[in-house]
Parts: sequence; C-alpha cells; structure tokens
Amino acid sequence: MTEHQSLFFHKFGITSSDLQRYLGEALSAGGDYADLYFEYLTTTAISVDESIVKSASQGISAGCGVRVLAGDRTGYAYTDDLAPEKILRAARTAALIARGPAQQPVQGFKENKAHQLYQISSPSVDADIAAKLQLLMRADKAGRAYDPRIVQVRSSYADELRQILVVGSDGTFATDVQPLARMSVFCIAKSGENSARGTSGGGGRLSIDYFLTEKTPEAFANEAARQAIIQLDAREAPAGEMEVVLGPGWPGILLHEAIGHGLEADFNRKGTSAFAGLIGKRVASEKCTVVDNGTLPSRRGSINVDDEGSPTQETVLIEKGILKGYLSDKLSSKLMGMPDTGNGRRESYEHIPMPRMTNTYMLAGQDSPEDILRSVKRGVYAVNFGGGQVDITNGKFVFSASEAYLIENGQVTAPLKNCTLIGNGPDALTKVSMVGNDLQLDEGVGTCGKDGQSVPVGVGIPTLKLDTMTVGGTAR
Amino acid sequence: MSTNTEILAVPETDLREIASDVVSRAMKAGATAAEVVVREGSEFSTLVRLGQVETLKESGSRALGLRVFIGQRAASTYSSDFSQEGIERLVKGALELARVTSEDPFAGLPDPSQIGSLSGDLKLYYEDVYSLPPEERIDYARRAETAALGVDSRIKNSDGGAFDASAGRRVLANSLGFVGDYQRSYCSIAAVPIAQDANGAMQRDYWYSSARTLARLDSPEAVGKKAAERTLRRLGARKIASTRVPLVFDSETARSLLESIFEAVNGDAIYRQSSFLAGKLGEKIAAENITVVDDSTIPGGFGTSPFDGEGIPSRRTVVIEKGVLKSYLLNTYTAKKLGLQTTGNAARALAGNPGIGYGNLFLEKGARTAHQIIADIKQGLYVVDLLGFGVNLVTGDYSRGATGIWIENGELTYPVEEITVAGNLKEMLNNIVEIGSDLEFRGAVAAPTLRIDGMTIAGA
Repeated sequence: MTEHQSLFFHKFGITSSDLQRYLGEALSAGGDYADLYFEYLTTTAISVDESIVKSASQGISAGCGVRVLAGDRTGYAYTDDLAPEKILRAARTAALIARGPAQQPVQGFKENKAHQLYQISSPSVDADIAAKLQLLMRADKAGRAYDPRIVQVRSSYADELRQILVVGSDGTFATDVQPLARMSVFCIAKSGENSARGTSGGGGRLSIDYFLTEKTPEAFANEAARQAIIQLDAREAPAGEMEVVLGPGWPGILLHEAIGHGLEADFNRKGTSAFAGLIGKRVASEKCTVVDNGTLPSRRGSINVDDEGSPTQETVLIEKGILKGYLSDKLSSKLMGMPDTGNGRRESYEHIPMPRMTNTYMLAGQDSPEDILRSVKRGVYAVNFGGGQVDITNGKFVFSASEAYLIENGQVTAPLKNCTLIGNGPDALTKVSMVGNDLQLDEGVGTCGKDGQSVPVGVGIPTLKLDTMTVGGTAR
Repeated sequence: MSTNTEILAVPETDLREIASDVVSRAMKAGATAAEVVVREGSEFSTLVRLGQVETLKESGSRALGLRVFIGQRAASTYSSDFSQEGIERLVKGALELARVTSEDPFAGLPDPSQIGSLSGDLKLYYEDVYSLPPEERIDYARRAETAALGVDSRIKNSDGGAFDASAGRRVLANSLGFVGDYQRSYCSIAAVPIAQDANGAMQRDYWYSSARTLARLDSPEAVGKKAAERTLRRLGARKIASTRVPLVFDSETARSLLESIFEAVNGDAIYRQSSFLAGKLGEKIAAENITVVDDSTIPGGFGTSPFDGEGIPSRRTVVIEKGVLKSYLLNTYTAKKLGLQTTGNAARALAGNPGIGYGNLFLEKGARTAHQIIADIKQGLYVVDLLGFGVNLVTGDYSRGATGIWIENGELTYPVEEITVAGNLKEMLNNIVEIGSDLEFRGAVAAPTLRIDGMTIAGA
C-alpha cells in the first residue's frame, strides 16, 4: 500500500509534512527516536444463545499514540482525536521524557517492501451481518442436534479490521490493513447430576468464506459438543509426577508459557527472566527446535509488519535444544545490540509496544503419534487446553487441560477432569523424549496477555512426550 | 510532564446533554427504547526502574456507546467520534443492526419504577490524584522501589516502582428519562522487587496500595518494604511430594476464591445453567461461618457507584448468609429470565448487552488472626500465590498452580513452589473451617485469611 491508499491520508487528510512536524515536536526536547502509531479499528461482535441473537454490536475507534525513546526511557501519550493540535499536544507530552537539545527527524520516509499475508478479496467486517448471523444459527442447530444431552449452546462471532500507519524519526514508514475473524462455540452437556462443558473455535486473518467452505459452523459445534459429552464421564485426574503426552496443535500453549514469554527480549535485557544469560545453553532436548514465525499466511498470529513498522520474520528460538535467540522490538534490539526480530506489538494506540510472540511452534520430529502413546506405561494424554500462565522470573508455568485421558500400558483409557499441568520453563523441554511427525498449528483462537495488553497469537506442536511433568489432579 | 488534564475540560452538563441528545436522536430514528453511555477518562503512569525513570505515560480519551431496541430486538454500537457525522453514523448503524437481530421476549430497559440514583456524596472523586507535580510522581515511584531494594542485599534486581493515577466520568441516559453521571478517581503505588539466592535462582513478588485520594495511600516506603518481604520469603522455594493437608489461603489468594464465587452466582451463568450454583437458591452451599455480601453503597469504596449500568440505584445484597445461598447477582435481563428482581449489578461496557459486575464484594471476617489460624496446624500449606485458570464453574472443579510456605507444628517454615492445589469448589466452600479477622478493602473484592481442609497438593 502506498501513502495515497492509506485512509489516514485520504480520510483524515494527514500529509507527509504533518507527520514530519509531529515527529519534530516529539523530539523537541531531545531523545533518540520517536514514532507515531495511527490506528483505525472497526469491529463486529455477535452472539447466539438459546437459539436467538442475544447480542449484536459494531464499533469504531481511532487514535494516535506518540512515543519518544531516550536511552532506555520511554515517554508515551495518545489521543483519540486526530486533529493536528491534539497530536501535537500528545507529542509534547511524550517529549517530556527527554532532556536535551531538540533533535531533527530524518527527512523523507522510506517504506519497506512488506509481506502480503492476508489473502482475501474483501474483509469480513464488510460482509453482510445476516451472513454472519447465519453462521451462528447453523452452529447452534448443529450443537443441539449432536446429542440430546447437550442442553446449552452458545456461539459467538467477532471480526475486526485494523488499519495502521506507523512512522518513525528514522524514516520508518509502514501501513497495514489487518483483517481478523473468529468464531467460537460453547456447549454444556447434562446427564443426571453431571454437567460438563466443551469449547471449540477458530479463525484467522481470513474472510467470512473460510467459515462457509473450510471450517464450517457445524465442524466447530460438533467438536464443542463432542468434548462436553466426553467430559460427562471424566474422572478425577491423578496427582503427582508422571509421563505426559501432549496432542498436536493447541497444546503448543506449552511452548508459549514454558519458554515463549521467558524469551521476550525486554525481560532478558532487564535480567528478570529465568532464561536471562542462557543463549547458547541447552534448554531443551536435542529433538526440540522451536520458532516464532509472524509470516505464515492467514494465521491469527501473523502480521505483515509489527506495530513499530518492522517486517515480521521467522526467528529460531531453540535449535536442537540450544537456546538461539530472543524475540525483540526496536528498543530492546538497540539496547542489547541484537537484531530487531519484528516482534514489537501493542494492543492499540493507547499502549506502548513491547516484544510479543506471533505464531510459536515446534518443528515436526520423527516419531509416529501411535508409537509415542504406546511407549507410555502410565501417564496422561492431554489434547485440549484452556488457558495458561507463567511467572517469568522463577520460570514456573501452568496450563489447564480441558480434554485429557489416562494412558495405561500404552492405551488411551478414561477421560480425566481437573487436569492442570505445572512445570519449570528452563527445564520442562529437556524432558521431551519423543517428538511426533504430525506438527499442527492451532485453529486460531489464541489471545495472549502481558502487562494488561492483549494481542492475537498462534501456537503449535507435533505430538510430544515429556518423560516427567507434574499433573495437578486430586486422585491418588 | 504537564499536569493539566484537558480531557476533563468538557463540562459535566455537556456530556449529559450529549447523552440525552443521542437518546432522543435514536428515538426519532425509529427506536422504541434507547440507552447511551458516555465514558471519559484520563490516566498517567510513572515507572521507575533501578532508580531511573523508565516510562512516563499520560493521556485521555472518551467514547460513547448506544444500545437501541426496536420492539424486542436489540443492538449496540460504539464510537470515539463525537462529531455530528459520527453520532449520526452511530445511531443509523445501531438501528440497522437491530433490524436483523432476533426477537427476545426478555430484552428491554429496566422497569421505570426501579430506576434511580443514590444521592449524597459517595466520596468517589478527589482532585488531588492529579495534584502532584511530575517530579513528585516520579519520586513516589522511586521511593517505593528504593525502599524495596534497601531491605536486603538479596534483592538484586527490580521490575520497578510505579505511581499511577486516573480519573474518569461516566454518564448514563435512557429513554425512560434517566440521566445520571458520576466521577471517580484512583491512584496507586506499587513495587516489584526481584530477589536472587546464592544459587542464582530468582523470585519476584509485589505489593501495592491504592486509594481514591492521595491522602489515603500508604507511604511508598511501606509499600516497598512489604513487597521486599513478600519476595524474600519465596527464596529457596522447593517442590514437595503430593499430599493432602489443610491449606491456609492468605487474604490475597482468598480474594481470588471470592471472585470464583462471584462468577458462580453471576446471573448470566445461572440462567445458562453453566454454574454449579444454578438452582441452589435457598440451599446451604457453604459452611455455616460463611457470609458473603455485595455492597456498592460503601462511601469511597472501589466498587461503589450511585447507580448500576442500567440506571438502577446501588444497594447492598447478601449473597450467602451463614452458608445459605440467599441471592444471585443480577441485571434486568437475567432477573427477568429467572423470574426474579434485578439486584442492581448491571455492568455496562461500551458495546454489547450489560453484563454482571460486583460492587464491593466481601466475605465477612471471623474472630481469629491469621497467626492464630496457622498456629493450630500441625502440617499444612500457607498459600501466597496462585497461577493459571484451572477453575471450571460448570462442575466446580478447581486446580491451580500455587506458591506457598510450608506450615510445620504451627510455624511457617520453608517456601514451596511448582505444585498445584486442587479440589472442587462445592466441597471447598463447605470445608472452610476458619475465617481470619483480617478483612481489608484493597480493591473492590476483599476476603480475610481462609483455612480450607480436604484439598490435594500435587507435587513430586
């Protein structure tokens, strides 16, 4: 996209010389770098519950965030009014972080060639609302038809179009128009006194066609209903250390919590991560190679440029068990003398960017999933998860299975409930003894929170066996 | 850094007028009922790390949300664009959307006889949160961090000291003639020190003080010192073998249990049958010593407001009384669904239907101190931190990562980590055998120390 196509120029009448003036104001008290992040976001959210449309909303938010960097200090201010005097005021406020002679931004902007990762003709926010409602009614119907024990079905659909413009005092100029769509189904099953829940969902940087052709509402509804029915018969998970097999795809949340956050450069620059100083050291078994890749077409965690205007890339985090690199934004890259990996992301114009994951996954190995399960005498097979969390300083992380089974003598047997797994980031992956040949990425529902900021992400793993991990159930 | 807050310069009456104007425009455009929320706020935050300013942030914003009804069909739109054109688009969009949604027999604004607002000064807004000059804000943050770093030589690093403040105004207007507004202010001091032991293992913890006025904040030194003590006590933590012993949740972790109880009495979860407490009204669901109250009328409270997200006056609701479930927490919609009356707990975001929120939610205190409760226990765990989201409200299943301090013969001994604590909320509520006397409102949810028996620790 060129500047003439960006809505900030044609709708808001912003010109290149305006941008130079704002950056100049931001550097009026000195500083090493300043940037402006313009955002125009349109959203749709609808939900169907009890077979009727319970909620439908649409919204628009627009604003500009101004950042000034001076050494390792950051000044930040934003405005939701794109009038020049408001942006200049935000620039003056952000400038208060610096103390020194005024600096001049580089004259003239330079736009890098960007990826083209969103292969859609028209964004889903522009699709007919009735078509979106139809998706949810189909999911509702399919969920209820799955089994008479399904007593509640709730389905929701959300999409957005985020248009951004990022300009920096070093000549950075980047625009992006980022579509995102997601559909989710939640089911409750009841049988006698027992209740259980199941959830499923997916999406990405896709058009609504994806839900009509590739992954239908019926597919999500059946999956959510299937999980709920299975969970009706779940028994208490065991408590203690044992062998754990993780199914492919979404259980990759293990990587996100166990190592991903700990490898974000800001924590390592400050020495507050359990991974600080471990580059070049073994942090996983040699079967493990882990990457973060923001360039996978159409994926939820993918973006053409990050929120600092840098192109996204594939970054090797762990290669054959050895820690190779961190995920960086502009500030950490400059202060640490390391490359900017294009991982500077933010929730919105109201937020300061920081290093964040995109799509984080482990490359496929050699083992067949069947062999992996057969090798386990007594353990847990976890195939679906809810959320996870990590304390990056001591490295301890948890993630909770929403669908898990006991493995007895190589056979997958009883479904388990209340199955939270806990481990220690820097050594959890050293326990990986088998890596499947079946790498899958998740369906596209992940949202990662850090310092109160949420961004969409993806995860993935092949089937994995960890020789020991603590399973947090209640059974002996 | 500038201290004037231009965003609050829009006079109160203007925002009320804007809200009422949007309501009447929606009615003129064909809505049979309408409701508008206007939110305006400003914030600044100051983070000092290792003595140096790391981040200064200051800004303000405002936005407007509209909910319309055409008969029993509802829809909502929101925008940050207050121009005539922007508001026209907001109204038009909401009505177009409402035409394609479903008829819901329970949809609608509250009963006109129920709307209203508490009068009198609820002590929610103090201008002094913005009164400090920039250097003093930085100094507050720096003092908190310095105090933490000075407690012990093992505090070797820091995620900083922070001083934050915010203020905001909210206006609600609807086509029943309700127009209400209130302002709230907030400020806080926090410190996050990092300690390291001889083996290089690191631990972090935090402490904070928050208030509606500067005058009620703890000193930065007190905050920093407590943060350091909380961090140091985690050094040298070890994993223990799986076992079943009494657990003592400190007041911070007990708060998260109370939040789970809130989710389980939330009217949305009740009518959807997605809570283990659905259908249990009037039944004994907890030990007899348990009384839980939601009170959004407490002057100065973090959860206090004159009216809820639908214009229902704030009130006090006893949720659990001596172990018996007395009331769910409801808004107009969930009350109608359940054949009950709203409890004034509507939470209105900019977009979508009102949800359910708490006011000041607390568990009534007991007679004994945390120290006395611990002293009774031969072997147990004092839980000081919880990790993850392993709570299933449909079944009550509960399994979360935990950090604690082992109790041996009534004394706190060594720290414990990389374990989970698990049980089922249905049983946990009945197994609260002791309640501490240490109830303190540090946020909108407050709980005293709780001893719960019968839970499982999973470890080595």
